[in-house]
Amino acid sequence: MGGYSSRTLSRRAFLRTSGAVVVAFGIPPVLGPWDGAAAAPSGPAVRGAGGIDSWLAIAQDGGVTVFTDKVELGMGVSTAFAQIVAEELDVPVASVSVVMGDTALTPDQGGVGGSTSISVGAVPVRQAAAEGRRVLLELASARLGAPVDRLTVQNGVVRRADDPAKSVSYGDLIGGRRFDVTLASLGSTGTNAAGAARPKPPGQYKVVGTAVPRADIPPKVAGRFAYVVDVQVPGMVHGRVVRPPVPGARLVRIEDAQGLPGVIKVVTKDNFVGVVAETEWTAIQAARRLAVTWSTSDARWPAMADLYAVMWTMSPTIRRVTAETGDINAALAAAARTLDARYEWPFQSHAMMGPACAVADVRAGGATIWSGTQHPHQLQRGIAELLDLPAERVHVVWVEGSGSYGRAGSDDAAGDAAVLSQATGRPVRVQWTRADETGWDPKGPPVVMAVRAGLDAQGGVTAWDYVARGFSGSGTSPNPSTAGALLVGQLMGRPVSGGDFPPPLQESYVFAAKRVIGEVVPWPQEASPLRTSNLRAPSQPATTFGSESFVDEVASAVRADPVQFRLRYLHDPRHVAVVRAAAEKAGWVPRPSPRRDAPRSGLAVGRGIAYAPRNNTVVATVAEVEVNQATGEVRVTRLVIAHDCGLIINPDGLRGTIEANLIQSMSRALKEEVRFDRSGVTSVDWRTYPVLMAQEAPDAIDIVLINHVDLPPSGAGEPASVATAPAIANAIFDATGARVRTAPFTPERVKAALARRAS
Amino acid sequence: MSTAPLRLTVNGTVHTVRSSPDTPLLYVLRDEIGLRGPRFGCGLSQCGACIVHLGGAAVRSCTVLVSTVGDRPVTTLEGLGAGGRLHPVQQAFIDEQATQCGYCVNGWIMAAAALLDRTPRPTDAEVRTGLQGLVCRCGAHMRMFRAVRRAAEARR
Repeated sequence: MGGYSSRTLSRRAFLRTSGAVVVAFGIPPVLGPWDGAAAAPSGPAVRGAGGIDSWLAIAQDGGVTVFTDKVELGMGVSTAFAQIVAEELDVPVASVSVVMGDTALTPDQGGVGGSTSISVGAVPVRQAAAEGRRVLLELASARLGAPVDRLTVQNGVVRRADDPAKSVSYGDLIGGRRFDVTLASLGSTGTNAAGAARPKPPGQYKVVGTAVPRADIPPKVAGRFAYVVDVQVPGMVHGRVVRPPVPGARLVRIEDAQGLPGVIKVVTKDNFVGVVAETEWTAIQAARRLAVTWSTSDARWPAMADLYAVMWTMSPTIRRVTAETGDINAALAAAARTLDARYEWPFQSHAMMGPACAVADVRAGGATIWSGTQHPHQLQRGIAELLDLPAERVHVVWVEGSGSYGRAGSDDAAGDAAVLSQATGRPVRVQWTRADETGWDPKGPPVVMAVRAGLDAQGGVTAWDYVARGFSGSGTSPNPSTAGALLVGQLMGRPVSGGDFPPPLQESYVFAAKRVIGEVVPWPQEASPLRTSNLRAPSQPATTFGSESFVDEVASAVRADPVQFRLRYLHDPRHVAVVRAAAEKAGWVPRPSPRRDAPRSGLAVGRGIAYAPRNNTVVATVAEVEVNQATGEVRVTRLVIAHDCGLIINPDGLRGTIEANLIQSMSRALKEEVRFDRSGVTSVDWRTYPVLMAQEAPDAIDIVLINHVDLPPSGAGEPASVATAPAIANAIFDATGARVRTAPFTPERVKAALARRAS
Repeated sequence: MSTAPLRLTVNGTVHTVRSSPDTPLLYVLRDEIGLRGPRFGCGLSQCGACIVHLGGAAVRSCTVLVSTVGDRPVTTLEGLGAGGRLHPVQQAFIDEQATQCGYCVNGWIMAAAALLDRTPRPTDAEVRTGLQGLVCRCGAHMRMFRAVRRAAEARR
């Protein structure tokens, strides 16, 4: 078996040989050739974003290694990075390895979030590769005695156009040496960089835009891939954590763990409790058996059934007007007819497939942390503060974890492991239990929405007034750069770091008078299993559910076809295009909803559409459903999406991500709701927090990719999740005439909506 | 309780087990033998991330005590292929690019391989029924269904 070394790879190691170094060595952030050997002693790291060498290295064998802070979350981003660099350098994509998220090796690009790994994160990499090619051609020009414009490059070999026998490889030109070429920094974060060379125009692309197979899939299906759960460090022992039964409870007493063989130490720090044992199973049993006495808690939550009503009674701490056209109150007062509705979206969990895991090796001189974090450099600072070490003494090594979809438990588990390692002087691996992950991950916050529309006598919309109110989307910061952003820090009394993030809505409907408001109402965060943070496309599935459901309600009220009604008020050509493309692919026949022949009992079928931009990406989704009106069960038979994310890097990787995103967002729409009572979260496993299972998947998913080679790539990790819930709700309405305004659309809620139908 | 050390045959190799007899098989495979295919997802037999074949049947190793394995051979994802080649289901998962993060993929491949042993030519409905009870949180279901159908074709 391959053990892990806690030694650090140096950049010099990458310069001596290609990225094949890494796998036998055991640290998996490098993707690329998977069987190789060699290790290297530690060496100075290149930091910052100042030069080509910060972003890429070329070895003597011509292998190219790319360094980025962006990490792979299972969507194929690492392969896309390899394609981008292979394209600019004219090297085979298989010769490119990608090192991700290592604070000693990769520049700080702010971590992963907002579907920006390609749209923002790959920009400096592309620039560095283009500049690298320029430098290499200059070197080749001198070596081959021909001007640069008389040279050609193929597969990393430069040739004279007039005499192809005269050639030199990149490895011979620079292999093992630095470029030492500075890139101009664009912007304040240092995450962009530009050189003298211009990247290739998309018209010349040969690798970008093609379906290069993902490099990580073969080792994953063979059982050779090392996830963060597979990290093993010499001398490593196992830790588990014990959480308070009630949020806000204080640790009163803990019984001696002497009776538990194999237990190394029970660790307490204020209200943090963990146990460290020689083996994983012993740690699990010890954590279960540990007799801990906790205080009662003053923390008070509303009853789950009252949550949305209570939210409407609270005073907002922030109220952000994100769109305002015309005089909304005057327009509503002047309307011939007004409509209004309210919508509700629940707390939801990331519910990572693999509960959070980290390994920490904390010694007198510093700490090494292996983590599935989305923010390696930020976690470095948070762990440093937690352990009272200088940040430069903390080395965070990202290792791919389970898909995380935002701020799940990964950073918290890293904090747990760090504290347990510091307390025992041993390298400690912590993996959370299922109940830790589903119960205690930061939650996507609930959102309530109120929407009003004013219509003129002809049924035209003259006023549109939208308010979304939620608990902060970053009550616990998604950025783990302080101890108080970590659960263990909160349990140790460190102040929570977070902020007010109102639920955002994105749409581009043009109405004469329009107002869109996002509000935050306060919610306790400290060491709470209902603390709130980013969950895939933060709060946008919620806000879009309210907005796009109400668009459908108004269309129905004026007896308009839902597609034609949207096109009446959408003007942005890309937004219009996705709505048209999705409808066309779905075989959409124009007519108002609900369908005229909708049966009042038995099986009813219908279709619904919704659309949403997310930043510069835009999607439109059509859902086709079967509603069992006796049971309230909804079966989504088909989903169709039109997806425009600018330039496409890898169409097959993109399709896979979109397809999965649709399934996950369907799961959130139909099934997912965090349950809680006054004592805490009660949805703690796959039975109490069910997600979509095989038999519930649609019969078909059809994807229309709109490739805009004229536009930069704009992100695809999140957007496809945004319009699914309203498309399904609108399809339920089309099938039955029953409107569901609370997610998820469980059989009970659908039956209640069916019962509310006007007779 | 017997004091004789437990022996376990995993992917054709006999191992002597140091773990206590009440240890779930999953932790023995991962922590003692160093395998990576079966993974912890829930410890509750709810998700399938830990599936191995025990005497040819797909079982959830998080709830099988190592002392109950006896002489039934254990096969994990690493040992599913034969003759240095991937199992047709594994190859089909590559051909269909059928993962997102892939943390769950062990369970889907191991369950699908067992399904195809029982039902070599499953209908679409039989594939879904046969794979019910497995979680894929990322939502790679459609590609995984296609991969299982492709594997069934490849084995004809």
